[in-house]
Amino acid sequence: MEHTAPPAWVMLAYLISGVFFILALRGLSSPATSQRGNRFGMAGMLIAVVTTLVTHEVASLPEILGAIAIGGGIGWVTARKIAMTDMPQLVAAFHSLVGMAAVLVAAAAFLNPAAFGIAGEDGLINPVSRIEMGLGIAIGAITFSGSVIAFLKLAGKMSGAPILLPLRHIINLGTLAAILGLIGYFTVDQSPWIFWTVTALAFLIGFLLIIPIGGADMPVVVSMLNSYSGWAAAAMGFTLHNTAMIITGALVGSSGAILSYIMCKAMNRSFISVIAGGFGAEAAVSSGEAKEQRPWKRGSAEDAAYMMQQAESVIIVPGYGMAVAQAQHALREMADVLKKQGVSVKYAIHPVAGRMPGHMNVLLAEASVPYDEVFELEDINSEFAQADVAFIIGANDVVNPAAKTDKTSPIYGMPVFDVDKAKTVFFVKRSMGGVGYAGVDNDVFYMDQTMMLLADAKKMCEDIVKSLQH
Amino acid sequence: MDFITILSVFVMACFVGYYVVWSVTPALHTPLMAVTNAISSVIIVGALIAGAAGGSPTAKWLGLVAIALASVNIFGGFAVTARMLAMYKKKER
Repeated sequence: MEHTAPPAWVMLAYLISGVFFILALRGLSSPATSQRGNRFGMAGMLIAVVTTLVTHEVASLPEILGAIAIGGGIGWVTARKIAMTDMPQLVAAFHSLVGMAAVLVAAAAFLNPAAFGIAGEDGLINPVSRIEMGLGIAIGAITFSGSVIAFLKLAGKMSGAPILLPLRHIINLGTLAAILGLIGYFTVDQSPWIFWTVTALAFLIGFLLIIPIGGADMPVVVSMLNSYSGWAAAAMGFTLHNTAMIITGALVGSSGAILSYIMCKAMNRSFISVIAGGFGAEAAVSSGEAKEQRPWKRGSAEDAAYMMQQAESVIIVPGYGMAVAQAQHALREMADVLKKQGVSVKYAIHPVAGRMPGHMNVLLAEASVPYDEVFELEDINSEFAQADVAFIIGANDVVNPAAKTDKTSPIYGMPVFDVDKAKTVFFVKRSMGGVGYAGVDNDVFYMDQTMMLLADAKKMCEDIVKSLQH
Repeated sequence: MDFITILSVFVMACFVGYYVVWSVTPALHTPLMAVTNAISSVIIVGALIAGAAGGSPTAKWLGLVAIALASVNIFGGFAVTARMLAMYKKKER
């Protein structure tokens, strides 16, 4: 069966679908236009699905609609029920599904090439299509197994500590070379064993690539897998000569790549060193060195309430600890009371706060914090020098001055908030023992103007609210 | 479409993606990931072709499973994005 070009209107429909996906992302340039953008995305998807169904002979429509209903139902219910703190896991789980779908589609194309219009006259698959589907199934499989590991780590079902196999770089590079070599050989020999070996090796390497990566680097991993899921879709788009899939694949692929870049930059880590893994394991060792006891001051909720009432401006620095303690609502309440008393309150968010890009912003939005009170690192960092109070809640590494001064620190070079310049610092923390992801001590604890508020973050905010209202 | 035409579309789309994604405000990076998740499930197009075709029963079933998986993502991804975006509010003045 020769590949015949579909009618012009079909190509136009897929093009429109692709353009709608671009508009969906374009809408996200501001919260005001974002919801309309999302609707463009839905419309684009509807166009793509309907166009495909009406231009192909459908052997059994009920089965297809049944599959959509089952999957759609599960997805819809999950989306309604999921807690915002669990978004990183959900996104990782969704990535794994895209990866698996790509694997299944590529496998189906291999088993029934005629249906996909990629078979030559001799019944064999076109060599170019073989490369495309080989890449598609490989990227899909890597996305799947990598995302499953990321999901398990993020959901706490597996330790976030890096698992370091001996010779892992050699094993990984060898596997990767084998995959590429086999895909190359696949163009001259269309034997099923090659195809399935590529698939198996790709599942394996996805797993091997993610297990050595520690919890601190998870935001990069999630972004990277986001990118992979896009490239998988693009590879299948090449196989199917489908514009909508290619445009989408390129969009999602670049999106994930850019997010990975932003995350790496915010941690001052190179992409290669993240992928090589092991961060967090080494740091845990170095923090075991002899620790001198340094004096620090403990504050109470009443102290914090009093100082913040007197203040003109308070900058809140939230971190993942706030999310773990589910303190965002209590925190917003505290900010509301302060604002009523004439205090200016702003939130400062570090790009790597939380477990995925923008995670803190969503949590604050959920707690009804207006987005125009929430600022990014570079926009607010200069304001700490004028701030009366820096209120750090559940963050640690992102306020550690060692990143600016201590060349031996594992977080050296990472951009951090200048909280040490604020007149008073309140540091909400569960205990003095625990340290951040990077496992390094923080000089902010021991500064003259710092008071440690040692308590559960949510409880502390509630207590401060009580004192404020007296 | 020949390979070069498709490649051109792909390369241009990469550039569009680059500029569009840089213009996304960092506050919306989580919704960005959720929505890119949803749209990358456009892979359902391939799943539908496999699920609709006669010929190979195995391929058909692989297609149907892929349709279900992609649908989880499409409905879940767009719904969770919509849920998140609805939470972003401006200050009441």
